[in-house]
Amino acid sequence: MENQLFKPGERIAIGASGGKDSTVLAYVLSELNRRHNYGLDLFLLSVDEGITGYRDDSLETVKRNELQYGLPLKIVSYKDLYGWTMDEIVKMIGLKNNCTFCGVFRRQALDRGAALLKVDKVATGHNADDIAETVLLNILRGDIARLSRCTSITTGEDGPIPRCKPFKYTYEKEIVMYAYFKKLDYFSTECIYSPNAYRGFAREFIKDLERIRPRAILDIIKSGENFRISTSTKMPEQGTCERCGYISSQKWCKACVLLEGLNRGLPKLGIGRSRGLNSDVKKDIKQGGGTESIESKQCGSLDF
Amino acid sequence: MACSSSTCNSSGCYKGYNEEERKPTTRAAVNGRNSHQNLCVKCKSNEPICCGIDRDDAKFCRDCFKTNIYGKFKQAVTYNAMITPSDKVLVAFSGGPSSRVVLQFVHEMQYRAQRNYDASKDKSLPVFGVGVAFVDESSIHSFSSQEIEKAIEDIRSIVSNLAPPSKELYVVPIENIFSSDGFDGKERLKKLLDAVSDDTGKEDLLIHLQLLLLQKVASENGYTRVVLGSCTSRIACHVISATVKGQGYSLSADIQYVDSRWEIPVVLPLRDCSAQELNTLCGLDGLKILELLNGPRSGINGLVSSFVKVLQEENPSRECTIVRTAGKLTPFHFNRIPEIHDSNVPLATRRRQKRHSLKPNGSLSSESFCPICNSPLDKSNLSSSLSSLGSHQNSDILAAACCSSCQFQILPKEPSLLEQFVSLLPQPLITKANHGDQGDFSLLREQIQDFLLSDGEDEN
Repeated sequence: MENQLFKPGERIAIGASGGKDSTVLAYVLSELNRRHNYGLDLFLLSVDEGITGYRDDSLETVKRNELQYGLPLKIVSYKDLYGWTMDEIVKMIGLKNNCTFCGVFRRQALDRGAALLKVDKVATGHNADDIAETVLLNILRGDIARLSRCTSITTGEDGPIPRCKPFKYTYEKEIVMYAYFKKLDYFSTECIYSPNAYRGFAREFIKDLERIRPRAILDIIKSGENFRISTSTKMPEQGTCERCGYISSQKWCKACVLLEGLNRGLPKLGIGRSRGLNSDVKKDIKQGGGTESIESKQCGSLDF
Repeated sequence: MACSSSTCNSSGCYKGYNEEERKPTTRAAVNGRNSHQNLCVKCKSNEPICCGIDRDDAKFCRDCFKTNIYGKFKQAVTYNAMITPSDKVLVAFSGGPSSRVVLQFVHEMQYRAQRNYDASKDKSLPVFGVGVAFVDESSIHSFSSQEIEKAIEDIRSIVSNLAPPSKELYVVPIENIFSSDGFDGKERLKKLLDAVSDDTGKEDLLIHLQLLLLQKVASENGYTRVVLGSCTSRIACHVISATVKGQGYSLSADIQYVDSRWEIPVVLPLRDCSAQELNTLCGLDGLKILELLNGPRSGINGLVSSFVKVLQEENPSRECTIVRTAGKLTPFHFNRIPEIHDSNVPLATRRRQKRHSLKPNGSLSSESFCPICNSPLDKSNLSSSLSSLGSHQNSDILAAACCSSCQFQILPKEPSLLEQFVSLLPQPLITKANHGDQGDFSLLREQIQDFLLSDGEDEN
């Protein structure tokens, strides 16, 4: 309520993966909408990356959610949008940078799905733990630009479709307990490609931290909000991709660069030191790659 | 002050070389093994040594390595006008590798200045003075009296060997922060620390008291600067732990080269050197290190320390990146040396300092500071706690003036315990808290200096 996330009459797409965060989000939003008459039009939007043994199962859960909560569902798939499934991509590029591809493609997929549904906002289930991890990751990787944006509860307001994270201040533990006690139906397995992600370092640290001092997670977010970052820091200029028309700060959007690499059999194209648009984290899939900022001095390169 | 990571995790040495001993003999053996095809990248004539900054083979030979580190030190000092000829600097010595190196470098700088002075005809530039302070924490740790005596002996011999020019050594027990000496102080300190239930809070409170004590020693003995040996590694740990404690706003104040919040400005000349480099240097030059106080830390600080260590192992330039990222946060107006208006200081010095000192960022505001940790307070966060103030008890007023991190981890929650805690706080802290609202007039004055009618001072 405090952040004025929604207005009556808005159409909201809920990024639904079938995992605990998005399921609880869907449940809570539809309940509140009903009980307090928010007047929101809610939709479930799901992305099919084509990961067998993981995504196909979780999609079943989302389809069940559709019936349980009475929210219309739309599924967009990598295969339809890009012509590649994650399994095919991993076969091509291996296990080290696959999260980069998935993250970039998913962002676009969500936006395209949202555009097809003609919604005003996309709500994702990112919880406090996720955002705290992102703050730490951005510090570790030198990304001051992202650091200034990652704690906002709503991002991309000047872009095609704004994205918000209603669970920004909710601990992951709370979500798990809520789902458990309300006996909500969700899919609880991790993405099979996630163990190699860099995010794992931050995640483990946060878990240890939570044991010593639980409020530290919210303190990290608070620090992130309070960082003194000069607004004159160079932010990438926003244009459009020449190839597909999507929003981009370079000539081609990151997804097109990556796709080009895949199609030409050059898996490293777009990986490594380059600027890209990909900012927000994707829920339930830990992002391993991502882009880093260019500044280089005497320190070694952040190679993957 | 001591570094967090006391072991050199050099991943360049693959042959099971255990850095924990840091013995010169082991290092010599490794030198032989590793110096195959490569030559030092700088002088291209000698064999490189293994210092492990890059995962690849070593880059510098012994001499170039030392020159490189000293160069970083010297540049930090010059660019930030840390030490000028008229200064008297107090080096905080903990016995660890980085404080040993900073002491050594400050001495070398002083030695060269002395030589130049002796050789010069007009004796125009005086040599800056150097003192050394060691905070003796034996009253709160359980060291045997022999251990502590031996440590102090060692320190005395180190300092006396760093002459000429001679340096005064101050061995100050931590309980001297309370003006009374001896047993009284020890008891009070114990009670104060026991009143803090959070482990991390206890550690942090101790660090704040250490700094306060250094300030006391410095100002009582006429010093104009306090030099800390904080290295990149320690600062990287501080960045993470401050973020974790919710101190994101004040973080940029603690990690700059210069910190003038204090009565005696605190400078960090080794900010660009990593713990590994400094460890290696100590080994190379046979600089003696005291392991007495570098024990493992508990709570959040310890966790962050091991986290950064893991990251550093995974990528040796991680600490550097962390500090660089944090370096992009906007510093405060007190993160530079205040300009000298003393007409006794040579004009040349003042001009040089003005040229080198960093320009202030944005508008000048008078910050208010937390009484305990001295961190600048975000005004928007402060107003809520003050408005809910019911009683006018001193302890409540002090508590409300503290930052949220100190309120959580240091101050006792229960009112009677809080009152007792506040009564145990050292006098300098209380005095500072009371003067807190007056802001920083010297810097405001600086800004309007050009418009003030001079009283016959030199024009800058």
